[in-house]
Amino acid sequence: MIGFSVNGKRVDLDVDPSTPLLWVIREQLSLTGTKYGCGMAQCGACTVHINGEAVRSCVAPVSRAEGKSITTIEGLSPDLSHPLQRAWLEEDVPQCGYCQSGQLMSAAVLLREKPAPTDEDIDEAMTGNICRCGTYPRIRRAIHRAAEMVAKGGAR
Amino acid sequence: MIRRTVTRPTMNTSQIIADTGRRNFLKASVAASGGLLIGFRFPGVSAMAAESSGSTFMPNAFVRIGSDERVTVIVNHSEMGQGVYTSLPMLLAEELDADWTKVGFEPAPVDPKYNHPAFGMQMTGGSSSVWSGLEQFRQAGAAARAMLIAAAAQQWNVDASTCRTESGAVLNGSNRKLTYGHLAAAAAKLPPPEHVQLKDPKTFKLIGKPIKRLDTPEKLNGKAEFGIDVKLPGMLTAVIARPPIFGAKMKSFDDAKARSMPGVRKIVAIPAGVAVIADTFWQAKVARDALRVEWDEGSMQNFDTSKMMQGFRERAKTPGTSVRKDGDADGALESAAKKIEAVYEVPYLSHLMMEPLNCTVDLRADSCEVWTGSQFQTIDRANAAKIAGLPPEKVQLHTTFLGGGFGRRANPQSDFVVEAVHVAKAAGTPVKVIWTREDDMAGGWYRPAFLHAIEGGVDASGNAVSWRSRLVGQSIMAGTLFAAMMMKGKEYDPASVEGVDDLPYAIPNVTVESHQAEVNVPVQWLRSVGHSHTAFAVECFVDELAALAGKDPYQFRRALLQKQPRHLGVLDLAAQKAGWDKPLPKGMGRGIAVHFAFGSYSAHVTEVSVTDGQVRVHRMVCAIDCGEYVNPGIIAAQTEGGAIFGASAALFQELTFENGRLQQTNFNTFPVMRMDECPKIETHIVNNQEKSGGIGEPGVPCAAPAIANAIFAATGKRIRRLPIRMTEAV
Ligand code: FES
Ligand code: FES
Repeated sequence: MIGFSVNGKRVDLDVDPSTPLLWVIREQLSLTGTKYGCGMAQCGACTVHINGEAVRSCVAPVSRAEGKSITTIEGLSPDLSHPLQRAWLEEDVPQCGYCQSGQLMSAAVLLREKPAPTDEDIDEAMTGNICRCGTYPRIRRAIHRAAEMVAKGGAR
Repeated sequence: MIRRTVTRPTMNTSQIIADTGRRNFLKASVAASGGLLIGFRFPGVSAMAAESSGSTFMPNAFVRIGSDERVTVIVNHSEMGQGVYTSLPMLLAEELDADWTKVGFEPAPVDPKYNHPAFGMQMTGGSSSVWSGLEQFRQAGAAARAMLIAAAAQQWNVDASTCRTESGAVLNGSNRKLTYGHLAAAAAKLPPPEHVQLKDPKTFKLIGKPIKRLDTPEKLNGKAEFGIDVKLPGMLTAVIARPPIFGAKMKSFDDAKARSMPGVRKIVAIPAGVAVIADTFWQAKVARDALRVEWDEGSMQNFDTSKMMQGFRERAKTPGTSVRKDGDADGALESAAKKIEAVYEVPYLSHLMMEPLNCTVDLRADSCEVWTGSQFQTIDRANAAKIAGLPPEKVQLHTTFLGGGFGRRANPQSDFVVEAVHVAKAAGTPVKVIWTREDDMAGGWYRPAFLHAIEGGVDASGNAVSWRSRLVGQSIMAGTLFAAMMMKGKEYDPASVEGVDDLPYAIPNVTVESHQAEVNVPVQWLRSVGHSHTAFAVECFVDELAALAGKDPYQFRRALLQKQPRHLGVLDLAAQKAGWDKPLPKGMGRGIAVHFAFGSYSAHVTEVSVTDGQVRVHRMVCAIDCGEYVNPGIIAAQTEGGAIFGASAALFQELTFENGRLQQTNFNTFPVMRMDECPKIETHIVNNQEKSGGIGEPGVPCAAPAIANAIFAATGKRIRRLPIRMTEAV
């Protein structure tokens, strides 16, 4: 049995500890917002937070989650109220949308650590997240916009 | 927890809509239905919450209005990022005068009434969804509006012509108002109008505005359902061992180890390879990797892309099939004051959609349900039905969101659907086949590799007098059911030569010849198809001719495009917005390119720097003229996305084969442009009333030549092979 919390809910699972966390989240927990893109920490589609840190869940064995607190895209906010989600809406960022869960989860850590990120900070934090549709210019704008919202105190 | 949001409506829509062909749908029979509306999608509202009961008005195949005021637009094109779940509903809602906040979308089931009006089957491709849906969706909205007005007029006992509509309601005089939801039941009893008047474009409230996409909210909270997310009760997951070489056949397999691994239910040989069926993806994948399969490697075991390209080079020295012949290009070359020749080469490319291929099948004795991100519904359903041994009507294909398509999910053989039906036959339970990224990349159906050999000449005053293009590459159409329709008895594939056969420059002597290469690598359309290589060759060579003539590459193009106002329009717009004449710092260069594709005109001006052999793209200024347009926000997104797609190919991407085996496996060896490499991109849209063109693909072709031409401006070196490597520059 491996126990951890996901989006605030405790789960105990009987699962091979070497299974990547990604597939446990998607298949055992039916939280399919976290995506598979490469399986080798190349694309960022599978990004989740483990104790607040952005992790590529496709290469993290589920054993690494033991006793930890996991946040997936479904737990970013209950109602699209996270400043990044609001900024993503305002900039109309997604195209196919497949990479966007991972983009948001990476951006969430960036914004927490650097509330006023520069373009260089964005390059550094977001370079591990591929978008095949090419939404990068809008992602960049949306991160800046979210930072402004936070600065103005307009967000939680 | 099981989410099946993409489910058929409980009412029998085929009874409701007898015939909704392009001309006939106004005469469609009409019925009201109580019952659930399943599969509704509203921004920020889960599918379950959006279900509602009450009476429903479904005047035609494309719209349903509930007594709860919700307007559901049924979209016959697949949403793969290009915005059709927004732009097509906008067309309908405009004519309906709907309240946009009440408008949702639903993917259409497979039915002839949802066929592409121009291509005669249900599909998404060719950057055609908006222009082909313009009339269809506007007419559908206008017809519904007329019936709602008639219902209100009846209730008020007034003449319909005295009524008007606004934001989801019919109004009369200064104080009478009935909402569409209120009128739904009554409107459903009325006959559809024989004729409807479409709006004067001057009165548009939605069309032409950067309306926010309807599918954004569910793409921000993990709710959007892609094919890979489908989950059915009792479903198993399969991963397939496919041949390592195209054309290889399975001789035998040893599954002793795999069979005993946890979760593995069945291991079966199918035509595509050996399928491992297990409880979960990871179990299936680990067991698949533990299989030992012996292959009969077949005729491609010595296939080598470098040898293939050598063969192409030889072939280009001989005349090919004539595609275009104006004047006497050979003669004019002989007498030209100066001439130049160049050979351009581009590699095989993978579509590399972010969501790897997958397909879920629930096969029963007398029915089959398929869930996948399809661009080819009619063909996929027919191919699935063949394998299932059922008539196509017994197969329901549910189109999920596509995590990118780029043409790969429009496969003439339905490869990823057909094999999933084979697996389902063996599994005896619902099953989802998932391709790993490596499987997806090795699975074929690439953009074909091409070689263009071009010679050109200028006269003593620097006027271009001759152009001779010869290209060598595989045909996409040959051997498919499109060959007859697209090739029309021609001895060359129009998809190979598009973008060079219509060379727009005023050059008196032009010859274009094509050599069709026969290689057993499966090839397919990839975003912008032939234009993805012809624009590179043509626009780089025009630049070389300009240099030969000692002229500025922008002015040289201008002079040759005097009879092409729309080419000229985007060229001037991009040049002006980019500040073509403003000097750049040393080490930087500016390149230009212009191209017509899929009914739209595109131009790029791009700034690059080259430092120690490293190319960096700093700025791309894009101009696009797609005629009358629907949503400029989406057009800008597609233009930017197309530029990045084209730049990724130009800078990084190449598939190579050695001993028949693909050398690239994942994003590490077939890279995509990333955030830190992404330049500043500006998009400028031409506003005119010309015929609508496409937008998904036209942004791609100019990227590569504008970058290559900028590199020449920065370094004096020419790029003649993609992906760009400064070590190969000449
Ligand atoms: S799927 Fe984990 S980084 Fe790509
Ligand atoms: S939106 Fe399609 S991959 Fe990013």
